[in-house]
This record gives sequence, structure tokens and C-alpha cells, in this order.
Amino acid sequence: MSASPASPSATTGTPTVFRLPRIRTEGLPLVPIAILVVLVFLAIFAEWIAPYNPEIGSLSQRFKPPAWAPGGSTEYLLGTDHIGRDVLSRLIFGARVSMMVGFTAVVIAGVLGSTLGILSGYLGGWVDQAIMRVTDTWLALPALTFAIFLAAIVGPSEWNIVIILGAVYWTRYARVIRGEVLSLKERDFVRLAIVAGCSKWTIMRRHLLPNVANTAIVLATLMLGVVIVSEAALSFLGVGVPPPKPAWGLMLADGKKGLMAGYWWLTVFPGVCIVLMVLAANLLGDWLRVKLDPQLRQL
Amino acid sequence: MRRFVLRRAAYAALSLFLLSITIFLFVRVTGDPTVLLVEPGASQADLDALRTELGLDRSLFVQYGTFVRDLVRGDFGRSFYYRTPVLELYVSRLPNSLLLAAAAMVFSLLIGIPSGIMAAVRVGGWWDRGGKIFALLGLSMPSFWVGLLLILFFSVYLGWLPSSGSGTALHVLMPAFALGWYFAAAHMRLARSSMLEVLGSEYVKLARLKGLPEVRVIAKHAFKNALIPVLTLAGINLVLMVNVAVVVETVFAWPGIGRLLYEGIAFRDFPVVQATVLLGGSMIVVVNLVIDLLYAVIDPRIRYER
Amino acid sequence: MTGPLLELDRLSAHYVTGRGTRVVKAVDEVSLTLQKGETLGVVGESGSGKTTLALAILRLLPTAAQIVSGAMRFDGEDLLAKSSAEMRKIRGKRIAMILQDPMASLNPLFTVGDQVGESLRVHENASRRSARERAGALLKSVKIPAAAQRLREYPHQMSGGMRQRIVGAIAISCEPQLLIADEPTTSLDVTIQAQYLKLLRDIQREHGLALIFITHNLGIVARMCDSVAVMYAGRVIEAGPVRQIFNMPVHPYTRALIESIPRMGGGPERLTAIDGQPPDLAVLPAGCSFQARCPRVMDHCREEAPPAFDVAAQHSARCWLARP
Repeated sequence: MSASPASPSATTGTPTVFRLPRIRTEGLPLVPIAILVVLVFLAIFAEWIAPYNPEIGSLSQRFKPPAWAPGGSTEYLLGTDHIGRDVLSRLIFGARVSMMVGFTAVVIAGVLGSTLGILSGYLGGWVDQAIMRVTDTWLALPALTFAIFLAAIVGPSEWNIVIILGAVYWTRYARVIRGEVLSLKERDFVRLAIVAGCSKWTIMRRHLLPNVANTAIVLATLMLGVVIVSEAALSFLGVGVPPPKPAWGLMLADGKKGLMAGYWWLTVFPGVCIVLMVLAANLLGDWLRVKLDPQLRQL
Repeated sequence: MRRFVLRRAAYAALSLFLLSITIFLFVRVTGDPTVLLVEPGASQADLDALRTELGLDRSLFVQYGTFVRDLVRGDFGRSFYYRTPVLELYVSRLPNSLLLAAAAMVFSLLIGIPSGIMAAVRVGGWWDRGGKIFALLGLSMPSFWVGLLLILFFSVYLGWLPSSGSGTALHVLMPAFALGWYFAAAHMRLARSSMLEVLGSEYVKLARLKGLPEVRVIAKHAFKNALIPVLTLAGINLVLMVNVAVVVETVFAWPGIGRLLYEGIAFRDFPVVQATVLLGGSMIVVVNLVIDLLYAVIDPRIRYER
Repeated sequence: MTGPLLELDRLSAHYVTGRGTRVVKAVDEVSLTLQKGETLGVVGESGSGKTTLALAILRLLPTAAQIVSGAMRFDGEDLLAKSSAEMRKIRGKRIAMILQDPMASLNPLFTVGDQVGESLRVHENASRRSARERAGALLKSVKIPAAAQRLREYPHQMSGGMRQRIVGAIAISCEPQLLIADEPTTSLDVTIQAQYLKLLRDIQREHGLALIFITHNLGIVARMCDSVAVMYAGRVIEAGPVRQIFNMPVHPYTRALIESIPRMGGGPERLTAIDGQPPDLAVLPAGCSFQARCPRVMDHCREEAPPAFDVAAQHSARCWLARP
């Protein structure tokens, strides 16, 4: 069985030591991990792997189909888009964009949400009320609509998107973490820490934080898929990552232009990439959820 | 019961209030609102005039007061592009989105509920395994990509269905499918787990002990109980559908409020964007309230909550 | 109709989990006889197999469990030979069961009247109106006040004691011959327990029911039951008339159970408890399953499991100490 991070024994009240949860290697979900590893690899080494520059194309080579289709050649394995840019290279560089945006946004949302969740849950009172009201309001707005709204105000750019997505999704964290803190508050090790005279900040930092880390991690993995789809949607609509950067969502938007003419590869391949990444994130998240904390199955 | 209604209504009112503040603050506080609220290509004089009109030289409170006053009067601004009040635009497009959402919801429930229930009743069997794969795919494939693929297949290759616009039943099919796909998977998952839980409950056990036929046990005792969480989710999702249909509506050029939002961005028509978000959020709050009340009607336990 | 109402002959039911690797012998070679109108108490710690036994009789074991050997006869008919349709007709109509938690047993979305009348509608094809009238009469017979009003109410509006009575009303609605009560008083307040037990006794007398009362409470057995069967680790280790067993327990486990009942009066004395834990039913030791905790264990006990020896008339015990 997997272990959860150590809590101080109820008798000594020693501070919590955060250890990485021990995960057995048998039963590791190989498929999602493999997918993620490949994607990360592509993202890091894009310059060396991609055959062409993803942002420059030659107009004489536009709309070339993939190598195995009639009219295609091995020069452009997966075909070219409406400006003659190589699809494969764009997909590879796109991995970098998606990963960066996805991870950073999730981290921002996670840190912000967890912090506010802990504060809200532990301090209670008006702090709790204030944070919860804001959370509820933001949750009432669908994430995508809210993100579009914010993007319309501040203008699209890669960094803006990351911040916007972080700002939109932190509320989901805050809710869940707060719930956990509420129940952790009643546990003996917290009460002992209070009796021992620890300050509120110490308690929150050393006792609560490591214990909600599990939940935060699981939530992060599950959110990753959602964030990536959101980013793709935003880019598709034109308020996400701006051209000529190769975001998968943008490629889909461009691909739509060639859709009616039957240039299927411009739509299928970027979508497949998105699906793979989201699938991997979801599967990993599900597995983590079961492994790290069976109580989270309600998520 | 009455106290329950009042409490929920007050809560909804509070949410609406906070929503308006949020929108307001975001616009006024991040960057220069005059740039957003004025037509592209306006002169400096126009900007200054707008500034006084909006009262940007006054305090934030006063500005907010004006803002709310306008809202209550139904003035959500005018669209630069269409040159009509945004509220009118919104209201005229809303039925289309509702239609699409309704069709997508019907689709998602028709597929989701039976397959979820079957997966639970025959747990571990083929239906269950197939269902799991379906759920996984449904939750991983972005709806707009599904839409694009559908167009590729049914419009470009087969030529059966129209790829854009609205008007006939044929026009609704693909967008409804694309929009409902994700939710079908979500509903299926919930129906399955909810049914499994119910099947393991004591009252189902007792129903079997009473010697009731299995069909009755499932159809009467298990089904209604299992349905509650699913319908709750469906209700919440319906409103969500209306609002997240932005991308699907854009892909299919479906004239709903989602497409309106897209046009607002594409044409830099900020009043439209602001109003759509505000109205969309308000709609969600109101509908959640209605759902809570309906829930109380279905489940007698809620009514007597203190 | 002469002959016992219920006869179990070396009935065994096993749970198989882990794809065949783990076999839990929840019920092992259980033999019982029950006459018409008799009250049998089935006593044991949790995990001793009492509930599995009850479910086995009704052939409602969960999918992981199966009856692997033995015979069951109810009113002369072979229960194991019955098809599922036939068993369904027996459940609720000829054999009824009450479960432990009355709140959980009642479906929260349907009225009390609906649930009480349901068996009548299914088993006797009663019309809606007649089922409702009879449901009202049933509620009255289990001493629920304002019965007509209650019919329209929902389970969550009732107290625990009332709910258990409603469950009782459901059980007797089709006039069964046998009622199995699985720890019906465990989740009730102590003050209500006595009332409920009296109610059960009255019902039994009125309808001529045979009653199998599953409990871990020997006090209740002493008051309610004619005969008792003590279960340990899936086996019936002692069985006989109540008075006999209480006066002259043979099996060390039975003795320990009786001795552990706190008695009033007679000065302060330590409460005797039984050391140790029940064994894991998947890995039973060779020989008697009580060997690890038995104060009078002998070498032979570890080698061979004892068969049931007859100690006195209808009193048998599975213990080498009882060997004549």
C-alpha cells in the first residue's frame, strides 16, 4: 500500500516531515507516463528534433498532404499548412508551448489556490467568508467565458494566457483544499501543535501544507488536461497564444481554413496531439488519485 | 419550505451582486477602460468625451453606482459593430443557444444514462469496459475538435450534413453531437457510479429480500435514487453548455450567444464581450437557484432541512 | 404437515476472491433444524458467519459468494433445487427478513405506505387500494400511532424505533412462515429495544411464525429464544435448547460467552473477556478453529477438527471435550 506523508505522532507533536509518498513501481500507469515523457522530451529538444523552422514556411509548398497520401512527399512527413510551414515541426514546437503554458498555469493556480484554501480553511471567520464569496462568484462563471473576458481586456500573449488561466482556475483548488483543511483542523496533531504554542503560520506551513500536498498534486494532474484544452480553445478563438507561435489550438484554427477543401491533416494531427496529452494527464491523475488518497475518489 | 426558498434566493442575489462587482472591477482596474469601451479608430476627443461620460474622473463607488444603475435599466451598452443595444442582440441570439444546448443535453442524457446504468448493472462486463473507454475518450477530446472532425466526415466527405448556419434539423445534428459528447461521457460516468452505490444500498437489498422481481428492483428502487445526482449534474451542465458552446458555435457558425462572444472578440466589440459575460454569469446563478428549488421538489428530504 | 420447517444439512458457503486465490469459508458445514413456531437464536461475534448464513438460506448471497455443498429444506421442499423465479416467490412471502439498520432499509424516495404495501402488490396481486388499506392495518398491528397519516409520510420523518417497526410490518405483510431477524435491535436505543422485542414476540405468537434471531447479545437470546446455535468461525460449535445451553455449556467458547455477561449484584468482580481475536476465515488452522483461544485446548484439538457430539437430547457440541 502506498504511504501518505508522515504526520507527527500524536504523542510527541514533532513537526511534520514531508516525504515523497512511496509509490510502488509495479502497477505504474505506463501508457500515460510514456506519453508525457515523449511530449516533455519533444518540448525540451524541439530544436534538435524538428526538421524545419516552425514559424517560417515557403508559399510554394503550401497545403502539401502527409507523406503517405497522394501528392505528399517525405520532405514534409505530415504535410504543410496554408503558409507552407511544416506540420510536424509545428507540432513538435507546439508541444513546448502547450506544456509550458499548461504546467505554469497549473502551478500558478495550484499555489494560489492552495494558499488561499489553507488560509480560508484554517483562519475561518471573515477571511474565510471573503475568500469563499470570491471563489463562489468566480466558479459561477464558466472558466472559458471568464478567460475570454480577461483575454479581451489585457490582450493575447503567451504570458497573459498563463496568468489568465492561473487566475481562472485557482478557485477549484481553493474549494477542495479548504475542505480538506477543515477536516484536518480537527485532527489531534493540529490540536497538539496549538497546545504546544505553535503560531498560526507555523501550523499552516509545517502541519497543514504537507498534508494537503497529496490532494494538490492529484488536483494538479487532473487540472492539467482541462487547462490544456482551455488554452487550445482560447488559441483557436484567437485570444490565446498569438501567431506565429505554433500552438496546437492555433493550428486547429488555421486548419479550419482548409477544412472545406479537404485538407484533413491540418485538423487531425494537432487534435490528436491535444487528445494524447489530455488523455495522459487524465489517466495519470486518476491513477494518482487512487494511489495517494482513496478518499479523493469523490473528486 | 418557505425559509428554504428565501435563503436560496438571498444567496443568489448576493452572487449576482458579487458578479457585477467582479466584472466591473476587472474592466475599470486593469488597463484603461476607455480604450476598450470606445470604437476602434476613435479620436482623442472621443476618448475624452467618453471619459467624462463614464465618470472616470469620479470615485470608484460612483462609477459602480452608474454601472449598476445602467444594468438595472437594461442598458448593457451598444455594440460597435451592430450598432444596436447589446441586450437586444443577446436576447435575440439566446434562443438559438438554448436550442443547441437542449439538443446536446438530450443527446448526452440519452447516451449517458442508459449506458451508465447498464455498465453498473453488468459491472465488469463488455458494456462496462466499453463504457470506460467511451468515457475516457469523451473527456479527453475537446468538443471543438470533435466538431471539426464531424464536419470533415459528414460535410466534406459524405456531403450529408451542412457545415454551418442554422435553420433545419440537419443543421443541429453535428453541433449538438459535438457539444454533447463531453457531457455524455461525464453523465455516463456519474450514472454508473451512482447506480453502483445505490445497488449496494440496504434498501435495494431489502427490496430483493421482499422477493420483488429484479426488473422492479432496478427500475423502481434503484433507478430513481441513482438518477438524482445525474439530474443535478445535468441541470448544472445545461447552463454550462449554453455558455461553453462558444467554440462549438464558432466552428459551426451557429448564431447563438457563444458566437456573439466570438464576434465580440474578433471585431473588438467590447461592450458585447462584457455584456455576454455578465449575462451568462447571471443566467448561471439564476438557473442554479431554480435547480436547487426543483431538487427540493423531487427529493422530499431536502424540503424539511432546517 | 409434520416435520421441521427448516432443515439445514451440512451447508457450506464460501467467498472466493482474488481470482480464486482467497477462499473464505464463511459458513462451514452448518446443520440446523427449526420447527414451526420455534424461535432459534444464532449467536456469535461479528465475522462468525451469521449474516452469511441468513443470506444463504434466502439464496441472496453476493456474487463473490456461493453455496458449495450441503442441503437446505424448507417445509419439505429442496431450496437448492429451486429456480430463481421460484426463490423470488418464496422471499418476502414465505420467508421474510429484517435487516439491522432500519433507516438504510427504507427507500428514502417512496412513502411508507408504498413500501409497506409493495410486497402485497407483488406477491398477492393486490390492488392499489386494498394494498393501502392492508398497509394501514399492518402499521396498526405493529403499534404505530396515527397509521393512516403515516402511510403518506417518508421514512426520514420517522424515529428509529418507528422505522424498525415499519420494517417489521413489511416483513409480516404476506404472512410468512419464517422470519429471519438480523440484529434488529442493535441500532436501536436501549429503551426501545425491550419494546421492540416484545412486539416481535407478540407478532410471532399471533401469526405462528418461526423466528431466527441473529444477535451477539446473549441476554436477548435468554429472553426470546427457545433454542440457540452458537457460531464460531463459520461453524456451529454448540446448539441446543436455551435452558440447557445456559445451564450446562459444554464448548469452552460458549462457556466464555456466558461467563462474560456482566451480572448485577454479588460484589465487584472483574469482567471476564475472551482473549484473542477470531481467526482469519481464509487461513483457518488445521483442527478446531478455536484452538488459539481455548483455555482447555488439547493436542488432539490441533490435529483434527471435532465433529458434533450429542451431549444430551437435542444438545450437541463440536468439541473433543464432549466426546463420550
